[in-house]
Amino acid sequence: MVTALAAVSAAIGIFFFGWILYVVLQKGARALTPAFFLELPAPPGVPGGGVANAIVGTLVITLGASILGVPIGMLVGVFLAEFGRHSRLAGVIRFSSNVLMGTPSIIVGMFVYATVVVRTGHFSGYAGAIALAVIMLPIIARTTEDMLHLVPHTLRESALALGAPYWKMTLGVVFRAARAGLVTGVILAVARVSGETAPLLFTALNSPNWGFPNEPMANLTVTVFNFAMSPYEDWQQMAWGASFMITVGVLIVTIISRFAMRQKAHRR
Amino acid sequence: MFETSSIPSGTLKKSGARSISGDMVFRLLTRIASAILVLIVAGILVELLRASWMSLEKFGPGFLVSRDWNPVTQEFGALSSIYGTVISTLIAMILAVPVSLMLALFLVELAHPVVSKIVGGAIELLAAIPSIIYGMWGLFVFAPYMADHLQPALQGAAGGLPLFQGPPMGIGILTAGIILALMVLPFITAVMRDVFQMAPAVSKEAAFGLGSTTVEVARSVTVPYGMQGLIGACFLGLGRAIGETMAVTFVIGNNRSLSWSLFDAGNSIASTLANEFSEASEPMYLSALMELGLVLFGITMVIQIIAQFWLKRMARQTGRR
Repeated sequence: MVTALAAVSAAIGIFFFGWILYVVLQKGARALTPAFFLELPAPPGVPGGGVANAIVGTLVITLGASILGVPIGMLVGVFLAEFGRHSRLAGVIRFSSNVLMGTPSIIVGMFVYATVVVRTGHFSGYAGAIALAVIMLPIIARTTEDMLHLVPHTLRESALALGAPYWKMTLGVVFRAARAGLVTGVILAVARVSGETAPLLFTALNSPNWGFPNEPMANLTVTVFNFAMSPYEDWQQMAWGASFMITVGVLIVTIISRFAMRQKAHRR
Repeated sequence: MFETSSIPSGTLKKSGARSISGDMVFRLLTRIASAILVLIVAGILVELLRASWMSLEKFGPGFLVSRDWNPVTQEFGALSSIYGTVISTLIAMILAVPVSLMLALFLVELAHPVVSKIVGGAIELLAAIPSIIYGMWGLFVFAPYMADHLQPALQGAAGGLPLFQGPPMGIGILTAGIILALMVLPFITAVMRDVFQMAPAVSKEAAFGLGSTTVEVARSVTVPYGMQGLIGACFLGLGRAIGETMAVTFVIGNNRSLSWSLFDAGNSIASTLANEFSEASEPMYLSALMELGLVLFGITMVIQIIAQFWLKRMARQTGRR
């Protein structure tokens, strides 16, 4: 009886995953034309048009977020794993990190709106990148800490015994030993934030033009939101195409990095 | 319990002067990064308080129980948003927790390792799908299905209940709850799976040795052993569901009425923010929206603290970290 219920639960999970994937692939594929990748959005009713600016915008904003979020997050992880450990300060930082991880992404968007957008006076791609970086920060910190904990302590002691300074030991020995895990962890975090919409609504906003990072900047997720909510059929079709891009991109990156992580785990 | 011996700081002083400064810089950098993290969390609280001050002053605690939401007369209250958030989250938890529990048991105890790997992989990917994709699927595919099949079926089965009144529109609080359930399912399952894997093999083997079946072992050893971790898992899922924005915004209907029927369109705190924040031009309107954000941040913070409390208690008792 319980076995049957458990199997049904598993089937429910698989079924919905398959349903969503099928719908996005089937509806999205129809929107994918050369123009979709090369042109700017067209007004409703005008044939053609694409989301080239949004594709570029999403890449730029995600890249900016990674440049900000990855190093800071890794340094926090290093502090927790190598210096702070069980100290009270580390406890405070771990607590803050958990709170930030549980904070809804729309709240992060409002925070960046209040601190960056209001002060600079305009929406911008930078603000969007900062919002995504804030969301990335606790994820990277947690992954880094976990991965560094896996490195055996004897390795650190050997490096120190050979006279290596602490920073060289961390970067040259511990990081190298944990490299595979760190890289996959970072890629998973980047993939996750690249699909975020809510934090971009009041920061990067959206734009029908190419736009520089110091202006409102087009991006795929907000484009999906705006186009899907519009009453125009051709815009909704565009939204499906953009959904296709986001889903396939995020899933492929996730599958590859998880697969790489497992391969590595097997070899150990 | 595995306790790492910390490296005596004396070793650092013996290495040359240059490396000491290198170490100091490195240590300082990690501290600065950590300070940034803590400052951001404090900053979110301070900024939300500051930005919502006008509304806090004008409406006071009455904000939480007022049904008004009128940008023209500048009267604002959070009741309908809080109601929609609580009810949709409640539906999500009622649906997701039992399924997650069964799913985690299936993955850890019942399924063949190969099956477990494939199903587990698919569930992990369910978590990787961005929220807005759930919204697209929910609005254009699942909501029409709800209107045509599920809602009429519910009315047929329990039409007398006040919960299932009104025309089956597809969108509404129930639809939002079901999609939320789907979104938090992989998160709860993942934590529960970890919890089940912590149950000591010796106890399980002892129970098997006494002639228990797999199901009996799960019920009398694995689940009770991990109870605290399971509670923590539920709170983690709750925290995610309560702040989920895009998927809910697509399907909840964005209406401010308060009714018993789950078929009715409603709104949640997050969906109101997503819909109205960029339109809010008057300072008081913006301030009221900021206060909504503050309420949401407060709720998720409390939930996170409770989740960590249970998970830590579990970890302490099982001797991990």
